[in-house]
Amino acid sequence: MEDVLTPPERGLEWLDADGPNSDIVLSTRVRLARNLQGFRFGLRAGEADRRSVLHLAREAAEATPLLREGSTLSVPGLPDTTRQLLLERHMVSRELVEGAGGKPPSHAALMIARGEAVSTMVNEEDHLRIQALVSGFRLREAWALADRLDEELGSQLPYAYHNEFGYLTSCPTNVGTGLRASVLIHLPGLVLTQEIGKVLQGIAQVGLTFRGLYGEGSEVVGNFFQISNQTTLGKTEEDLIDHLQRIVQQVVQYETQARGVLLRDAPTVLEDKVWRAYGLLRHARSISFQEVMNLLSGVRLGVGLKLLPKPSVYSLNRIMIFTQAAHLEQMAGGALPEGEVDAYRAAFVRRLLAREGDPSTEGDDGEIPR
Amino acid sequence: MQCDKCGKSPAVIHLTQIENNEMSTFHLCERCAAEKGLETGAGAGTAPLTDFLAQMGKSLSAGPAASAGACEFCGLTLNDFKRTGRLGCPHCYSHFDHHLRGLLRKLHGGTQHVGKVYLPPDPRQADRTARVASLRRSLGRAVEAEDFERAAAIRDQIRRLEAAESAQGR
Repeated sequence: MEDVLTPPERGLEWLDADGPNSDIVLSTRVRLARNLQGFRFGLRAGEADRRSVLHLAREAAEATPLLREGSTLSVPGLPDTTRQLLLERHMVSRELVEGAGGKPPSHAALMIARGEAVSTMVNEEDHLRIQALVSGFRLREAWALADRLDEELGSQLPYAYHNEFGYLTSCPTNVGTGLRASVLIHLPGLVLTQEIGKVLQGIAQVGLTFRGLYGEGSEVVGNFFQISNQTTLGKTEEDLIDHLQRIVQQVVQYETQARGVLLRDAPTVLEDKVWRAYGLLRHARSISFQEVMNLLSGVRLGVGLKLLPKPSVYSLNRIMIFTQAAHLEQMAGGALPEGEVDAYRAAFVRRLLAREGDPSTEGDDGEIPR
Repeated sequence: MQCDKCGKSPAVIHLTQIENNEMSTFHLCERCAAEKGLETGAGAGTAPLTDFLAQMGKSLSAGPAASAGACEFCGLTLNDFKRTGRLGCPHCYSHFDHHLRGLLRKLHGGTQHVGKVYLPPDPRQADRTARVASLRRSLGRAVEAEDFERAAAIRDQIRRLEAAESAQGR
């Protein structure tokens, strides 16, 4: 089987920071839940169901232009670290890696397209989860990609479809379009101005929902939020996408306003905060992932407001992914002793920031009064 | 903070509304909120599936409503569904149709799918007709949004389907 780590940046195109509003919206994801006729859904599926579903999915993939040249990873067959790596890169869901009891579900697989940011999880809660993940705020592109793969797979596979209820899914919260579109958005301005509660309430009022960095049930880390549609039935895919697009645009606008307020009312405090965050990241000798995320939030805000000329948003994105446990282990070439993880992480961040050069600003070279 | 409406009792509900791009917030006490038809209490309305399943649990234990029986294809019972929140197979949607409609309405505000119409690998005439109709709707939207690239792609899809239809009709 092909090694998922070759090339080592595999699946990380969404970190490119080249999409619109990429200093605020990190990435956009669209996923479609699909099931096959004649087989039990994820939780109730037996070995025979799962084996057949994977077999049919692989056969269909061979006949689709998008997946034919790509690769299929059998999740249970992967080493633990590689599975964690896929999870840390947001390429698979926690369910696909850990199942219900900590072990990957049998016959679980990830089919990745070649050269396009689209893939399909097989034997998750639903038989197929088609997903497109792109950098920046690009809902329509992500939808178009997922739709294209859905068309290709759907022309090969007998989907479970109901004239009234639409695409049938294991959980009734996904039935209909099976579509969940979400954006990963960084909102430090709204958090600092304490407006975030109101905005999140507003989001819930208009039929959207928010989550932490790793999806359902996860904590909010580093001021990152995932905003997505709540309902999936009774609206067209385009309507769901457009609605999310409009609301996220509004949230971006609120965030920009909040940043403006901070710059106007507390410029020194703000500048001090982002430079201190940079200083700690650049010089710390031992650091937890949680602290990295919090400091990155400050630095990202500073870069967005041009208070810090460096590092690039791309480097910040890389730090966010590569300072997670499995990525550190991969770079170290093996498991790190417990006491050394934080030191290894700090060293990696220092090296990466050093490569970007010194962002020190003008005004620091004046004469020092005696 | 006092209630915006009566000004007497402490506000416990903070309602944010977005209308015409304007966001406004109201702070209401429990009584005034109830008058406006807003539920109080932890998690009200935030987790419709859990709420619904809990309610369904009550009615199940209360009496004969549990009579739906197990799904003939996968063996799922309403109690299983209540416990996991997941259905067992595509057939469950027909088998528990009666019980699901209320839930779907509560979750999504309706039961009729209006999105993509699935075209199976071996489509019948009716499948194609339904699909073309849904594509025409998308085409109208794309033209309205001046997304001509998408409009052209949809138009090509419609042409292909219509060509397949007339080939089959001959």
